[in-house]
Amino acid sequence: MTRHERRDLRNGLLFASPYIAGFLLFTLYPVVASLYYSFCQYNVVRPPAWIGWENYYALFFDDPQFWKSLYNTLYFTAFSVPLGLVFSIGLAMLLNQKVRGMSVYRTVFFLPTIVPIVASSVLWLWVLNPESGLINGMLRQIGIEGPGWIASEHWSKPSLILMSLWGVGGAMVIFLAGLAEVPQTLYEAADIDGASRWMKFRHVTVPMLTPTILFNLVMGLINSLQYFTQVYVMTGGKGTPVDSTMFYPLYLYRNSFYYLRMGYASAMAWLLFLVILAATLALLVSSKRWVHYHGE
Amino acid sequence: MANKRTRAYSRAKWLPHVFLVIASLLFAAPFLWMLSTSFKPESRIFPQPGKPPQWLPTTEKTDESGRRMITCQDQPGVELRVEENGMHVLLVGGKELRVWPEDFDIQQQFGLHWQNYADAFLRMNFLLNLRNTLFICVSCALGCIASSSLVAYSFARIPWRGRNAMFVLVLATMMLPYQVTLIPMFAVFSKLGWVGTFKPLILPAFFGVPFYIFLLRQFFMGIPQDLSAAARIDGCSEFGIFWRIILPLSKPALATTGLFVFLFEWGDFLNPLVYLQDDRQYTLAVALQQFQSAHESLWGPLMAMSTVITLPILILFFLTQKTFIQGITLTGLKG
Repeated sequence: MTRHERRDLRNGLLFASPYIAGFLLFTLYPVVASLYYSFCQYNVVRPPAWIGWENYYALFFDDPQFWKSLYNTLYFTAFSVPLGLVFSIGLAMLLNQKVRGMSVYRTVFFLPTIVPIVASSVLWLWVLNPESGLINGMLRQIGIEGPGWIASEHWSKPSLILMSLWGVGGAMVIFLAGLAEVPQTLYEAADIDGASRWMKFRHVTVPMLTPTILFNLVMGLINSLQYFTQVYVMTGGKGTPVDSTMFYPLYLYRNSFYYLRMGYASAMAWLLFLVILAATLALLVSSKRWVHYHGE
Repeated sequence: MANKRTRAYSRAKWLPHVFLVIASLLFAAPFLWMLSTSFKPESRIFPQPGKPPQWLPTTEKTDESGRRMITCQDQPGVELRVEENGMHVLLVGGKELRVWPEDFDIQQQFGLHWQNYADAFLRMNFLLNLRNTLFICVSCALGCIASSSLVAYSFARIPWRGRNAMFVLVLATMMLPYQVTLIPMFAVFSKLGWVGTFKPLILPAFFGVPFYIFLLRQFFMGIPQDLSAAARIDGCSEFGIFWRIILPLSKPALATTGLFVFLFEWGDFLNPLVYLQDDRQYTLAVALQQFQSAHESLWGPLMAMSTVITLPILILFFLTQKTFIQGITLTGLKG
């Protein structure tokens, strides 16, 4: 190592030292501790007691609520992520047409994403109110008696999916930037070949957007598997009615801070981590087949 | 033929507008409904049977002597008094009528019912909650800018062995769900006796936050290397380059970081919920949730409080719109 390289190494580590310390204190230690707790009976007050695989065994074979909460979260993810992608691409395509007032529309679509989640959840609780809410009030005007939305066992998850679509503005802004990067020459070439609008969308726009789609897909997946605050606020932390909104992170939170089963909750956290890791890796591996990078 | 083409062309022009107008109305409706509800008196918040949802907030119309103006069987009049059995005595067309409340309407005029805001302020420790929130937001923003810019500088501008591996680590930790670290951190902070203080909420921001390290690194990499090289020849230390050259050139990125952290902490719910213990410590977000769970159907004050929490964010957004959108694009695209 030359003197130069040594100096760079020393400076590099020095500048990175806040993160290195933070990583050890706030990431590495808790990750290892949480793995250890997941094999323990632990309630914070008394020291953890090793019980082997019992937490995992109980989760898999003895706890229907665990499966219910996993099902609820996967159900929500399976609908909200793809629908969110379709809507955000659709809005971005509409806004990309150089229409007048574009920045006003963009602002309107984007605003819901910066509203504090507690405020938007309280607001949607009111909008979705079965008797006096805005949506059922409007439906009643055209002679339809709307469902109980968030108060109904069957409509509560679709309500939350609907609410999540109100927040597609963030992904839309990223897609807009992606669209701006598509070289115009590709469209001109497609015009010369006599391509229709649909063919241009399908064979130029979509392939060029695939890196952005991958990014939004991964972020959407990670976020929706951790979807918590909305259900906590809208059901007072209960996951009602009849556990239909008992989402995985909410059940984990209840195990930690209501029942003080921290070991059990740690096991749940690790399973969630593995699910997120597997899903992200699967997407990244599959992306080699469907994501096109510029200049390849 | 030409005619047909122009018609197709103009349809292509206005069709997106139609979609956009409908979509924006759908997106804006919940906001407008929040605002409208926050200004309505209790009697107008719940829809009148058979009437459409009322968008404009109204208040009751009164005559010069303060009597409520009413409509009974399509005739205008005033309300004189309410009798003990619940019947209302009305003066309609010079005659006194005794009717039940559902048999007449109180005349309405456009007006703002500010009482909801007063109620919300009084029922919450509003100023205290605001002060707590601001304290946490500003501390985290400053801590995050200071620490993340140092770390980002290391990854962007110093070619040290192992930095790529460590940068991959930074990106990988963004995938780690907060649930994994929450419980051990809670155990540590409760051992230290810090549960019920702001320390667990603020301290981690001073150790570099992966998302902002990434954002700032993207920005720093775009600054020409020649500037650093020239400064090095002039005998400037590494920290001097960082402090005197890179930071002054990165003001927009630093501002974006501060803004994002501020917004995130303003709306954060889980961490304050876990670590703050009594209502004198609550942030606005937690205070609103507690208020909501205690008074589920006080929609007027609830919407007033939601408006108050949202408004500063909206104002901040409008003031910094350009920085904002650029910041999002920077993190989303250049990965």
